[in-house]
Amino acid sequence: MSRARHAKPPRVGDSPAIRRALIASVLVVGAFLIFAPLVVILYQAFSKGFGFFAETISDPDTRHAIFLTVATALIAVPINTAFGIAAAWAITKFDFRGKRLLLVVIEIPFSISPIVAGVAYLFVYGLQGLFGPALDTAGIKILFALPGIVLASMFVTAPFVARELIPLMQAQGRDLEEAATSLGASGWRTFFSVTLPNIRWALLYGVVLCNARVMGEFGAVSVVSGNIRGQTNTLPLHIELLYHDYNTVGAFAAASILTVLAIVTIIAKVLLERQGAGRGGRPALAAPKAPPSQGHAP
Amino acid sequence: MKIRLDNVVKTFDTFRAVHGVSLDIESGELVALLGPSGSGKTTILRMVAGLEFADGGHIYFGEQDATDIPVRDRGVGFVFQHYALFPQMTVAGNIAFGMKVSRVKRSAAEIDARVTELLRLVRLEGLGDRFPNQISGGQRQRVALARALAVDPKVLLLDEPFGALDANVRRDLRRWLREIHEQLGITTLFVTHDQEEALDLADRVVILDQGRIVQQGTPEDVCRNPNSAFVMKFLGDANQLAVEVSSGKALVGQAELDAVNFPDGPANVYLRPRDLDWSSDAPGIAATVMRVIDKPDGRRILARTAGGDNLELDVAPEIEARAGDEGFVRVHRAKVFPSVPG
Repeated sequence: MSRARHAKPPRVGDSPAIRRALIASVLVVGAFLIFAPLVVILYQAFSKGFGFFAETISDPDTRHAIFLTVATALIAVPINTAFGIAAAWAITKFDFRGKRLLLVVIEIPFSISPIVAGVAYLFVYGLQGLFGPALDTAGIKILFALPGIVLASMFVTAPFVARELIPLMQAQGRDLEEAATSLGASGWRTFFSVTLPNIRWALLYGVVLCNARVMGEFGAVSVVSGNIRGQTNTLPLHIELLYHDYNTVGAFAAASILTVLAIVTIIAKVLLERQGAGRGGRPALAAPKAPPSQGHAP
Repeated sequence: MKIRLDNVVKTFDTFRAVHGVSLDIESGELVALLGPSGSGKTTILRMVAGLEFADGGHIYFGEQDATDIPVRDRGVGFVFQHYALFPQMTVAGNIAFGMKVSRVKRSAAEIDARVTELLRLVRLEGLGDRFPNQISGGQRQRVALARALAVDPKVLLLDEPFGALDANVRRDLRRWLREIHEQLGITTLFVTHDQEEALDLADRVVILDQGRIVQQGTPEDVCRNPNSAFVMKFLGDANQLAVEVSSGKALVGQAELDAVNFPDGPANVYLRPRDLDWSSDAPGIAATVMRVIDKPDGRRILARTAGGDNLELDVAPEIEARAGDEGFVRVHRAKVFPSVPG
């Protein structure tokens, strides 16, 4: 076996030394950079025993932070999903002026630092801001409350779903929608019976990524939430607060919860990738594998 | 259903795809839109379907002005070039789709019966449970046709219906589509860039170039009486020779051709390979054989005239010729067209 391998002319970069060195360096860097911190989080979280861990978690402020994080995700993710589908649909199925500009605008949150987004929201909705006085008179509180947190999270995660869908929908073209419409289907019917089944895995993949980012967002939310303990603290903010209180175990306990949420997300993502999402091609069909074709004559 | 296009215009950005096309399609007729790529044929088909809207002019279905009726309500069956079958639905699901979404409600049993009937029509009995990626290209094509027919369209429109299939499947499907058309009698319009396909299948061929109709007629009309050099060249191989016309005659080598009603001066003569013959004796155009290509039904001689023009001749298999032979090209038939400036 190994002799047969040696007989083959080696491909570029296929010498055993290079291969081993590359794999080893990736593993070492990965261990230090990614794996070690995760282990430390779990280790620290339980360093004073499970009792202390449970106590920290059941602390009302921590519970509220968890609640706030989940609530934010429950609002921001569906809205961004709808936005992402609408944007991807508009860009891939219609021709209009400013299409390229729209593509760039959708990507802006990826390139802007979240803290800049947070500050920008301060200037739009803050008391000294654009709509601040009007909102204040109307008694609507956006900043330092749930609406501000949701808005900031939505800004940061706006591109996720659209970015997953656009390449796929571009590759699929408009034929299927045109076929459905020519057969008499309405717009909604076309979307639900023809478009959605073809994009569902990519869509779920985008939603998972969006959700992970919403739950983990720190910078933008930190600026607009005001960091009020037990009121406007999301889980990431709460972790920082606990850490500054020298409550290391508490911080790590809370962090472990966020980590578990993230790991669940990653597992969901891996499962989705197996279903063919995020690969750009046509998704796998929910059908048994094709039997050998019965010849090509009609 | 009779279809009438009245001076239809379509412009994409700055590119004018269709220039004032007027066309009448009789009820039950099978018409081919034939043209090279970029001739506007697919755009015309999509405007008839309602998938594109005309910038100017009108499209009538019977007496009704259908120009602004959206595709959903236009009642056309459209077969897409790449079939556009719904990949997550079975063959039967695809065929039933139009009936399920229709505003006319049908019972499940009614839909099933119609699907079975259509599967029989397109000779795919028993394949209803397959998915589109589990059947061959020719079978997909027929599913696409059955799906389009399921909604009882007033008009059937096909975009390059055989473009993605290999040659043998293509010929069989062509004959079969002609049979279906005769059986159902639906007014049918199809787009193709393949002259053979258009001539084989259609009652009438409409030849397009750069967004304009250049000639239309029965296959016999357009083959025997092409009205321009473009049609002559587009419909099949043709040799082109520059000639001088004087008093109704065009002189090619020593051969004189009729060019009645032509003004004196330069012109082009077009010669089909099959309208030429090879002989070792005069009269004819003196030429030298450059190469001989043997085919099952004859030989093609590539020759060069004394004047330096290349000619291709299709001759009977018995004709003796070898590279380097000198002889004469006899002209049985030819068409003279004015030489195109530039």
